[in-house]
Amino acid sequence: MNALIPLPIIVPLLGAALCMILAQVRLAQRAVSLAALSSNVVVAIMLFVEVDDDGIVVTQAGGWPAPLGITLVVDRLSAVMLVVSSLMLLSVMVYAIGQGAEESRYAAFNPVYLVLAAGVSASFITGDLFNLFVAFEMMLVASYVLLTLGGRPDQVRAGMSYVVISLVASTFFVTALAVIYAATGTVNMAQLSERMPDLPLGVSTGFSLLLILVFGIKAGLFPLFFWLPDSYPTASGAITAVFAGLLTKVGVYAIIRTQTLIFPPDAQQGTVLLVLAGLTMLVGVLGALAQDDLRRMLSFHIVSHIGYMIFGLALFTLAGIAGAVFYVVHHIVVKTALFLVAGLVVRRSGSDRLSRVGGMVRSAPMIAVLFALPALSIAGIPPFSGFVGKFALVSAGIDAEDWLIVGVSLAVSLLTVYVMVRIWSNVSRRTRRSSPGSSPTTAGCRVS
Amino acid sequence: MSVLLAFCAAFLFATGTWMLLQRRLSRILIGVGLVGHGSNILLLISGGDGGNSPIIGTADESAFTDPLPQALVLTSIVITFGVTAFLLSLGYRSWRITHDDVVEDDVEDRFIARRRSPDQAVAEEALAERDQAAEEDRL
Repeated sequence: MNALIPLPIIVPLLGAALCMILAQVRLAQRAVSLAALSSNVVVAIMLFVEVDDDGIVVTQAGGWPAPLGITLVVDRLSAVMLVVSSLMLLSVMVYAIGQGAEESRYAAFNPVYLVLAAGVSASFITGDLFNLFVAFEMMLVASYVLLTLGGRPDQVRAGMSYVVISLVASTFFVTALAVIYAATGTVNMAQLSERMPDLPLGVSTGFSLLLILVFGIKAGLFPLFFWLPDSYPTASGAITAVFAGLLTKVGVYAIIRTQTLIFPPDAQQGTVLLVLAGLTMLVGVLGALAQDDLRRMLSFHIVSHIGYMIFGLALFTLAGIAGAVFYVVHHIVVKTALFLVAGLVVRRSGSDRLSRVGGMVRSAPMIAVLFALPALSIAGIPPFSGFVGKFALVSAGIDAEDWLIVGVSLAVSLLTVYVMVRIWSNVSRRTRRSSPGSSPTTAGCRVS
Repeated sequence: MSVLLAFCAAFLFATGTWMLLQRRLSRILIGVGLVGHGSNILLLISGGDGGNSPIIGTADESAFTDPLPQALVLTSIVITFGVTAFLLSLGYRSWRITHDDVVEDDVEDRFIARRRSPDQAVAEEALAERDQAAEEDRL
């Protein structure tokens, strides 16, 4: 069964190569990408069952032994992430084909999307810090191309800042790898976890903070999130959905992985992460409140929810981390769904402005209902997954007696309900606001 | 030798950071390149002092230089190269569109800058009225 492990990386890459060759035949491209992504789903589920039954599965790429070769590891955390991400990538691909916007216009869409899929899978199953860097780069380079695929002025402007900030993060990552290798003589995560406790506390704390900085930029943690709401909404609906659902969560996964696996308890940054988590939640939701553009609003909202995941991790208790992992899974599914519906709303009404998208209940009741379901879930209303996730996090917080962060998360949760209600009531309101000349300025924050 | 390379890396980081903070896109691109090289050099010297080339049978194995960072740095250089090429093409595209390579403030900044306080709005209206009056006088 170990032969299965590299498949989620190899199959999409092969598919990408095939798609390049078939650039002229869109139908064949679609068949190849759907086949590759479906095979990823099957492999991920098989790996998940295997890991759940027998424990961690490991393979060495090329047969080179561990410290020199590249180790690929699947444990329960990575198996869950693989299953969710592959399901999500497949459904967004179907959506992109159905929408026929970017996908049918550019021959590059299919191959680049598959490279993105390979990069995401690779970051989940690698057991080697340097290989994590390579996987991140694979994913990011694909995302640069997808973001700027249209070549419109706003995409190029947003793409510029996105690429530069990601490059700065990557440079920090290489620097972190260099100093970690110099101190420990390995980049294999399992070996690092053995050697890290021998280092002086100051050194390992420094490494821990450096890695939080690197992955914090990618995840959109509090002081480092500014690029996210600026760049995500400029891409088309399907692409924004993938970015919103997956890319930041890969950063969160990397923070969870490195903090829990590599660093000894003394060097784990519980307090720092708690403060960052609280601020991330608050700033994200307040930012969302101030927006009038539907997708910008949802993008700020991602930032707020990254805070919840980091809050669960920062408790460094079993319940907290379990809650964080559940929240990541929930958020990948629900946020992607929200962005896909937002894409439908924008397509239907021809505008991103909340003040202009009204009347969906009458003109397209299905869209209004489709939006309501994930919106209720993300707001944490009981029967949905968002409630379970928030309940798990809050009860873990109460067990750990971190009252401040519990209070912040509950307050932010109320504000989230307000944000979602505001979007929904705008989308479903019966009468469109007439006289476009006067309306835009009335809805608070707006940028023309 | 390591000290020289360490200074070199530090110098590249310093100049690169300075360039990254500039307003012109072309300088930012150079900055990204410089910082990237700095981190690559750092990765290269993380293997410790140099030694014989690590080919088994050519020399004593204990005197080998550490081959792993060299493999890592090669990968890293290739990635930096690829991404820089993409960034350059994006910069060119941006220049073709706007004919200017100054990086604009982001959307939120511009919005906040545009929000005038009530006093300021009153003052600006007064100025506009005065200008209009002057215009009418001249006519």
